[in-house]
Amino acid sequence: MAKYTPPEQSRALQIVDIIFLLVAIFVALWLPLKMKLAGAAKEIDKIDNPTWENLKQSPAQVVQWEKLGFDPAKAHDVIQSHFHYNIDWTALIVMTVVLVGYFVFLFKASDREYREVIDEKFGSNK
Amino acid sequence: MAMSEAASGTPVERVSLRRVLGPVQIWALGVGIVLVGEFTGWNFSADKGGSLAALIVCWFCGLLYTCVAMIDSEVTSTVAAAGGQYAQAKHIVGPLMAFNVALYLVFAYTMLEVSDAILAGDLITQVGTENGAVGLNHNPFLVLCIMVLVWLNYRGVLMTLNVNFVITALAYASILVLFFSVQPWSQGVVLKLGDMITPSNALPYGWIGVVAAFQFGIWYFLGIEGTTQAAEEVRSPARSLPFGTMAGMITLLIAAALTWYVCASLLPWQQLGVTFFPLYDAATLTGSPVLKLLLFWGTVLSAVASANGCINDAARAWFSLGRDRYLPTWFSAVHPKYRTPYRSILFLMPIAIAFVFIADLNQAITFSILSGVLHYTFMSINILMFRNKWPLGSIRRGYTHPFHPLPAILLFLLCAVTFVGIFLGYGSQLIAMVIFYVIVSLWFHFYRYKYVRRGDQFTMPWPKPRGY
Repeated sequence: MAKYTPPEQSRALQIVDIIFLLVAIFVALWLPLKMKLAGAAKEIDKIDNPTWENLKQSPAQVVQWEKLGFDPAKAHDVIQSHFHYNIDWTALIVMTVVLVGYFVFLFKASDREYREVIDEKFGSNK
Repeated sequence: MAMSEAASGTPVERVSLRRVLGPVQIWALGVGIVLVGEFTGWNFSADKGGSLAALIVCWFCGLLYTCVAMIDSEVTSTVAAAGGQYAQAKHIVGPLMAFNVALYLVFAYTMLEVSDAILAGDLITQVGTENGAVGLNHNPFLVLCIMVLVWLNYRGVLMTLNVNFVITALAYASILVLFFSVQPWSQGVVLKLGDMITPSNALPYGWIGVVAAFQFGIWYFLGIEGTTQAAEEVRSPARSLPFGTMAGMITLLIAAALTWYVCASLLPWQQLGVTFFPLYDAATLTGSPVLKLLLFWGTVLSAVASANGCINDAARAWFSLGRDRYLPTWFSAVHPKYRTPYRSILFLMPIAIAFVFIADLNQAITFSILSGVLHYTFMSINILMFRNKWPLGSIRRGYTHPFHPLPAILLFLLCAVTFVGIFLGYGSQLIAMVIFYVIVSLWFHFYRYKYVRRGDQFTMPWPKPRGY
């Protein structure tokens, strides 16, 4: 295979590439935060007039809560905040398809590029 | 080998990274990055599934990372080049995969650095407020922490990792002192495991909570694979890298077990699951001001050591991308005096500073974990391809990991379970991040790749891979 000579990239295009990457990084990381998509939903199962008894804390646990500066009212939100896990199968299938599709594309496209690398380094079998 | 190029891509000088590191610095790099995971982050797995779930995922994630360390040691002891797994992917899978792996590394380490800065800043602010300081704001501490460490990294790798060795050792010692101070051999005196974990609260969400807990269980050990980033600066990579990585993994397995035992025995699981400072809280519960002060410093030092190692690793991955023209060659400059990839170090700093202000601790941790798990999935396939393209005996390996392909299969299955765990809490973020990787992959494959010199991507003195 003939040695491939890449074009030189101008200074201006290098700056364009850097800006593209910066924007992509910020959009990928910041957008889910901005759209409040990040984080699992926890719900507080409220108890009126909380006491250590109705918060189901044993005497030993109460001692530790109090050493940390909590009373039942202050500890209520921490103790009663719960996940309610349920699997959304459609979303799980979408996530699986996106992930598998990504890796399949990655390995196939990489292999195409890798063959060019190997051909130039070692010579082609063809 | 390493070359700095002007923005035009014209070589102007040949300055290589300096080979100055030994196994001690490799251990410090790996453990330094990860140890902060014992001081914060792992405990969010208790929130997802209870204290017992946090222990179960500690074991399984320990297994996952033992597979990572074994696989990584074999490949890295053979492919010793800056960029670690990036260089591995380039030689074994192909340029596009290498580009993605480098981005996984940069994201995982930069977001870990963000988490470290948030932890240090929040703890300093909280302790300051407890001691009477009024109107303390954590923002200056966050920025100061990142800027000082960037300066340290700019000045030189040996000094950076020697500092890491000292502060990591001190942070680790604080965990050991706490462990032996609470008389772990006498349950009921200080520790009350049987009272904190009961049959009714051990697994409050059942087994689905255990799967969900995998998301943060990763945090016990995330980053140990960073040892390979310094491959090009190690005096004897075939010996130092496997030794430093394995020693680091053993150190961390011990620390994780001690940390869970002390924290789960002192904190009610609901508080354990939400606190940012589980070891500091555990020290507070002993009633000893000395232990409290010790764990304050242990937490701050572990965060600083981790951020320090993360800046080092993220910059080297970014530098490697520039050097191979996967990114503008401007990033591939080596400092003529300090011999560090200074432009990459400086470029990533504002990104880290921006995210300490816009993300909270568990969001930053999740960003880091997402890239980490994508990375480990790659590693499980990479080792299979490595053994297939260059079977044992065809090239010289510094280390050969046992039981192949069991560690690779196990690693792949544990990554799959972790993806489900992430889906249960942060599925939208996972999809957003994968879409990002798809977009930049298309950008690379159809546009950027034209600037890459094909034959230069394979630099190892190996025979042609089998099947090509």
